[in-house]
Amino acid sequence: MDDLDSRAAQALADIDKADTLDALDALRVGLLGKSGIVTAALKALGALAPDERKARGAEVNRVKDRLADALAARKQTLEQAELDHRLASEKLDISLPGRDGERGGIHPITRALERISAIFARLGYQRADGPEIEDDWHNFEALNFPPHHPARAMHDTFYFGDGRLLRTHTSPVQIRSMKGQQPPIRIIAPGKVYRSDSDQTHSPMFHQIEGLLVDETSSFADLKGTLAEFIRAFFERDFEMRFRPSYFPFTEPSAEVDIRWTEPDQSGSDGSTRWLEVLGCGMVHPNVLANCGIDPERYTGFAFGLGVERFAMLRYGVSDLRAFFENDLRFLKQFA
Amino acid sequence: MKFSENWLRELVEIRADRAALAHALTMAGLEVEELTVLGEGLAGVVVAEIVATAKHPEADRLQVCKVEAGQGELLQIVCGAPNARVGIKVPLATVGASLPGGIAIKAAKLRGVESFGMLCSAKELGIDADASGLLELPLDAPVGQPLADYLCLPDASIELKLTPNRPDCLGLVGLAHDVAALFGSAVKVPAQTAAPVTGDAKRGIRLQAGKDAPRYLGRIVEGIDPAARTPLWLAERLRRSGLRPISAVVDVTNYVMLELGQPLHAFDNDTLQGDIVVRHARAGETLKLLDGSEAKLDEGFVLIADEHKALAVAGVMGGFDSRVTDTTRNIFLESAHFAPAAIMGRARKLGMHTDASHRFERGVDPELPRRALERATELLLAIAGGNAGPVLVAEHLADLPKPVAVMLRRARLKRVLGVDVADAEVARIFTALGMQVESRADGWQITAPSSRFDIEREEDLVEEVARIFGYDNIPTLTPAGALKLAIEPEARINELALREQLAARGYYEAVNLSFVAAELLTRWGFTDRLVPLANPLSADLAVMRPSLLPGLIEALRHNRARQQERVRLFEVARVFGAGDPPVESPSLAIVACGSVRAEQWGEASRPLDFHDLKGDLDALIAWGGEPQRWSVHADGLPAWLHPGRGARVARDGETVGYLGALHPQLAKALDLGADVHVLELALEPLLARRLPKAQPVPRFPAVRRDIAVDLPEEISWSQIEQTVRGSLGERLKELRLFDRYSGKGVESGRKSLAMGLILQDASRTLTDDDADRCVREAIVALEQSCKAKLRG
Repeated sequence: MDDLDSRAAQALADIDKADTLDALDALRVGLLGKSGIVTAALKALGALAPDERKARGAEVNRVKDRLADALAARKQTLEQAELDHRLASEKLDISLPGRDGERGGIHPITRALERISAIFARLGYQRADGPEIEDDWHNFEALNFPPHHPARAMHDTFYFGDGRLLRTHTSPVQIRSMKGQQPPIRIIAPGKVYRSDSDQTHSPMFHQIEGLLVDETSSFADLKGTLAEFIRAFFERDFEMRFRPSYFPFTEPSAEVDIRWTEPDQSGSDGSTRWLEVLGCGMVHPNVLANCGIDPERYTGFAFGLGVERFAMLRYGVSDLRAFFENDLRFLKQFA
Repeated sequence: MKFSENWLRELVEIRADRAALAHALTMAGLEVEELTVLGEGLAGVVVAEIVATAKHPEADRLQVCKVEAGQGELLQIVCGAPNARVGIKVPLATVGASLPGGIAIKAAKLRGVESFGMLCSAKELGIDADASGLLELPLDAPVGQPLADYLCLPDASIELKLTPNRPDCLGLVGLAHDVAALFGSAVKVPAQTAAPVTGDAKRGIRLQAGKDAPRYLGRIVEGIDPAARTPLWLAERLRRSGLRPISAVVDVTNYVMLELGQPLHAFDNDTLQGDIVVRHARAGETLKLLDGSEAKLDEGFVLIADEHKALAVAGVMGGFDSRVTDTTRNIFLESAHFAPAAIMGRARKLGMHTDASHRFERGVDPELPRRALERATELLLAIAGGNAGPVLVAEHLADLPKPVAVMLRRARLKRVLGVDVADAEVARIFTALGMQVESRADGWQITAPSSRFDIEREEDLVEEVARIFGYDNIPTLTPAGALKLAIEPEARINELALREQLAARGYYEAVNLSFVAAELLTRWGFTDRLVPLANPLSADLAVMRPSLLPGLIEALRHNRARQQERVRLFEVARVFGAGDPPVESPSLAIVACGSVRAEQWGEASRPLDFHDLKGDLDALIAWGGEPQRWSVHADGLPAWLHPGRGARVARDGETVGYLGALHPQLAKALDLGADVHVLELALEPLLARRLPKAQPVPRFPAVRRDIAVDLPEEISWSQIEQTVRGSLGERLKELRLFDRYSGKGVESGRKSLAMGLILQDASRTLTDDDADRCVREAIVALEQSCKAKLRG
């Protein structure tokens, strides 16, 4: 018995001194393994008298538990130390760039166009579309432009040999939409349009968005409110606005919409302000409604059209229209 | 329409300053496009006469002038102007004056000679661009009078951007009526006069153009002084309205056109033979015009002719041979009404645009011809003398537009504008605009003056009320009305989401013009079913693109030429093909070149290849959820693709696009390398998406078996896939290729592929025996169909 006690004391000291997991495991085998001293002591119990065996058994088991606890505690300490050591060596340069983190971007025109369309979608306007190669009826006649009318001269038109033309505005989509359904109608029609004009401020192809609302109660006052809300939502700020009488054959009364624009000057602070034309609009002309089979007595409507490039230029500070169509990556990357 | 502010103020009382006037015009739909202030800061500038000149002793180009300026003594002025000479009257800036350009006039010595003031050019005074010499004033200009008073300065030249519906404002009198309505004031328009008839020369007028020319007035004025000079006030008004003074006769006709809006024409009466005949041109008839050009006419043109020859293109321009010259003493004045429909598009057809055509095609008041003719006669007699013959009139009253009464309903006005306008205000507006107003129970019956061509229906009246009432005074509301919710089909991928997806894969969106050069298309081999423009801006922009790729590759080249080695671009737009109607198909294209990844530190760099781009395709296809409907084929490639590194893409067996490396010949011609890869697909199939239909998750585990086989190079992966699928059917859930090798250890002309078979049964767990049997079946099939050999 004293022998077991003293060997256990020695074993506890050895456990404390073990400095590797391997050494610790060797100790465990020598103590608790098949031929370890504790196992031997337990085996020896069988030779004892029953009353003696009980007391001795309890003692051996106590020793066994103490040793097992000590082994476990030491093992945890050693494992912790080993983990600490490994973690200390496993250090990355986390500032190196990640892999495959690059991405591209959508074009600023798409960006502005989608932003505008989304604002109107929230107001219940459904997206509509029409061909870019149009016929004269949809592009002009149905919109109340008589043949040779001077208003046509304001649309420098590209023609094809068969008399068809490239649409000069998105307004023909109004016609196509109204012919296909009865009011209430709310549509927004973004798309490419074409005018035979090219210089610093004109591109032969550009993008417009046409909006149309027809129902039983719409008025010019509603048109004003709709566009004021739109401008505020697009630019995320209020503008001084003015509606100026104008003329489009397919609306009456017609208006051009100006906003009081502040030109940022070189230093970045606010520069001078000026009126800037951003939209054309008006109440749908009764002839146009009638051309589409809608009763102009029962229904009224308003329509508006805007140039997407103009809005993209204002919103993102682009000063040269031509940059949109050069597709220079150094430009495109600014909009990623 | 450009005019002098002072002139307008003479015709209507305007209780507002210049800025307020400009604002009011703009807000009434008569947009002020440009406003140039003339002759401000002319205090101290007076009319002076040069009474003596002498050469400057020290400078060849200078003269020493003695000038009478009404100051009690002659002033000595040194002057360098080439036209300085004795006897002329010129502006003198006296000592103490400060010119618009900022020059302060002081007594000075010029090359040693004293000078007490400065003789001025028009430019130095800020009244014209002419800086060629001193502004020569008429000889009757009163010496000593302040120049500003003499020239009726300061003034402003105001240019309106008039919309085509307001031809009535193409004359100052019409404009004055609108301004009167805006300011609630009265017009001060000169009453119609009748010049004294002192001659009896006549000429017959025959109207033969029906409703195209329903009214033609003429008058012969004999014995005018060809040397008569246009008075300064008239010349100045023309100048400030954007017209150059030319000769007394022409200036008078222009002046009346500006004042009343009626274009006039003067012929040299001695060149006319017999009656004036107003008729349609004959096909092929030609006429030499005033500007020297030869007009080729057709039956659509109305001509002014005499009994033997054509004289003028009606409403557009006079002829060269019958023009008034500096020796003309006898003139025939024309003042006619031509229907807008007869003139619309005519000038354009001749490649010209004149003050007359601009007005006639928009519409001129049919009641103006007599008034304008009398006004012109009055001015002409006063300036150039002569004897006016009787007014000669030919008209078809039935063909003249008649005033129509248009009803405006009170309820309609409110409904369209969304605001109540007081009855009294509505009546005031129409009356002020010169319209006759009759009150009715439910609104007003309005008759517009003959000058207002644009008033034809109720909406035109609504617009007039809105315009004068003021758009600013209409409230800002938001629409009520019924709302139908727009439905977006879920089985269709949103186009913006597709673009964002491509951006997330590293591509930048490009936007190219829809037209390209025919030559570029030829180079690519696009020659069929092209849609060329009839009137392109240039040869580079002549054909609607049949594919997005040529333009997109040009954008890639643009970037390559600017130190961008690695380019990733895509575009979504329509492509065009011939047809009736022409075919427009939305398309997606991708171009890429350079290394597969942006330069980085972690992995070996390699050039982009076919399968990188195919990965993009696979990702787009996977989105739709039905990859089994898609296939790629090595046959049927277009000429612009590399025959061995290109693929035709099909969906449900129908070709929808292509991808691959550019054909080396094309790449070389475009100065590009082998790394350039492209893809173009019809957009719609890509946007189609399966609406998910949920299936139970498999209850039994899958088993995986890997095999490696060795087979001939020419056996494609899709053949292998089909073979394995064909042999295993439903049990094969997935076939994964995880290695491909050829080279050492593999017979030449053959390749080794390693693949994983993922096997699963819906009704039970597959045993090892089941799996082994599957593998054996697959191998047998591969051996039979693909000349495969199992590798050890």
